[in-house]
Amino acid sequence: MRMNYLSLCAALALVAACSSTPEKKAEVATGGTATTTTAPQPTKPTGPVPGSKEDFVVNVGDRVFFGYDKFDLTPEATATLDKQAAWLKKYGQVTITIEGHADERGTREYNLALGERRANAVKNYLTATGVDLARVQVISYGKERPAVLGSNEAAWAQNRRGVTVIN
Amino acid sequence: MTTRQTLTALRRAIALAAVMIMAVAVQAKAELHLDITQGNVQPLPIAVTQFYGEAVGAQIANVVEADLERSGLFRPLDHRAFIQTPDQLANGLPRYGDWKVINAQALVSGTASVQPDGRLKVEFRLFDVLAQQQLTGLAYFTQPDGWRRIAHIIADAIYKRITGEDGYFDTRIVYIAESGPATARQKRLAIMDQDGENNLYLTDGRVLVLTPRFSPTAQEITYLSYFNNRPRVYIFNVDTGRQEVLGDFPGMTFAPRFSPDGNKVIMSLAQNGNTDIYLLDLRTRRQTRLTDNPAIDTAPSFSPDGSKITFESDRGGSQQIYTMNADGTNVQRITFGAGKYGTPVWSPRGDLIAFTRINGGRFSIGVIRPDGSGERELSTGYLVEGPTWAPNGRVLMYFKEKPTGEGGRQRQVRLYSIDLTGRNERQMLTPTDASDPAWSPLIP
Repeated sequence: MRMNYLSLCAALALVAACSSTPEKKAEVATGGTATTTTAPQPTKPTGPVPGSKEDFVVNVGDRVFFGYDKFDLTPEATATLDKQAAWLKKYGQVTITIEGHADERGTREYNLALGERRANAVKNYLTATGVDLARVQVISYGKERPAVLGSNEAAWAQNRRGVTVIN
Repeated sequence: MTTRQTLTALRRAIALAAVMIMAVAVQAKAELHLDITQGNVQPLPIAVTQFYGEAVGAQIANVVEADLERSGLFRPLDHRAFIQTPDQLANGLPRYGDWKVINAQALVSGTASVQPDGRLKVEFRLFDVLAQQQLTGLAYFTQPDGWRRIAHIIADAIYKRITGEDGYFDTRIVYIAESGPATARQKRLAIMDQDGENNLYLTDGRVLVLTPRFSPTAQEITYLSYFNNRPRVYIFNVDTGRQEVLGDFPGMTFAPRFSPDGNKVIMSLAQNGNTDIYLLDLRTRRQTRLTDNPAIDTAPSFSPDGSKITFESDRGGSQQIYTMNADGTNVQRITFGAGKYGTPVWSPRGDLIAFTRINGGRFSIGVIRPDGSGERELSTGYLVEGPTWAPNGRVLMYFKEKPTGEGGRQRQVRLYSIDLTGRNERQMLTPTDASDPAWSPLIP
């Protein structure tokens, strides 16, 4: 019974990763915190304050995903980043840190370099669409900060990510 | 501070004196010798008796015995079979027949006594039972709290006398102590004796730290710290506890290692999505770029003579191991097997490079000659990574991580050591999960 529940959550999270609908992305965002197994919260009548971190995470989507040992942006990723860029243009005072992450199936040093590649892939896309370079910082965490725990491709796919964090 | 206390103890212990004890029988016959270069070594049956005198003598003998046993080269015999007692040994010659009858080939006896000035005097003798002769004998003086180090030094002396190679027992391991859930792992810089004793945390876990490496002088550790969310290479002075960022680089610096003379640190700089290898001279603070390639070039390690560097790069399309001259010229790829190869570390003997290999969803630790020949796998698992060499180049340590708990959602990470022969894999006892081990040189 417990196993089924966990599998369901993992499946939900995976679906959310591939989806481009903002509602599902919100679930990914909450899944990325320590409370991985909690069910998605019902939408409150009043949404996030426009321009807030929560607004960005819920209504735009804060992360993009990469293939194994890859750092090129998928069409899903660029769609998300287009929305991020639009939001960042609207709220021009906001600065961001782009985190690059890797799954656990690589060595530590290589993954640090790979995470840096991924963070810069996101940065380059955003700045190419007009986001001011001065507003953007990057940091690589390699495989040190997985969003999802698990010893399977579904979990690893969620961890190969670039996350745009509103400072 | 705990750090200071331990270091004071260490310094006192270092102020020890070793005195050769005259051997009773000088003439050597067919001498006891263990050839550890062969793949299959039968452990040598050895009787390590309690050191006579002070109570600490029994503890010293236990540490010596445990060191020798863990090496896999010695098989300590059960004390209950011993016929001749420690006081008889302390006051006379071994009765070789008593030791031969229990199949001991080597015998260790010793004494521990407190000197008028309060220092501890520890004496040991190593005997060849079949040749009926003393092989070596030494006396050491130390402050009483230095007894554990003396035990390791004695174990090294026994190891060296019987194998002909330097030991590695009087050494320490710096590593990353891990705790907390995998999504919010707390990582601390920690240091311990090679047998897991005297564990000490050097950082408090508030800042992510990774990949510590010993200086050849053993007084300093270079490592990666995320202090102020700026991942940079730092140096930690073990004596003073002082931490200092290394160099002034425009991006993340990581994967540091000292040069064999301790005067330089080699590391990677990641900038705008590209990672190259740089050398920093610790005296002049001059930075030299050694690789200039759009690929990931990282995990550099010097050859023991300082003339070459091995590193990993994905310039050929996948992560593989390369060598180059210390000035960055003459780059040669040395791994060509299936899968990916990383974390190359040059042996202190110069003859081999240890590495991590990822192939078919499994990780392994292996060794290969610097010319790319003679690849061998030593250990394998879900995730095994990050080999480090014992200073004699005969033993490797690394970490093994495996999924645990429901759905494999948690991790257990532990340090392991293994002989270069691929035998005698042992888990290190650490108070918490542990990764990224680095072996110190023999403590000077």
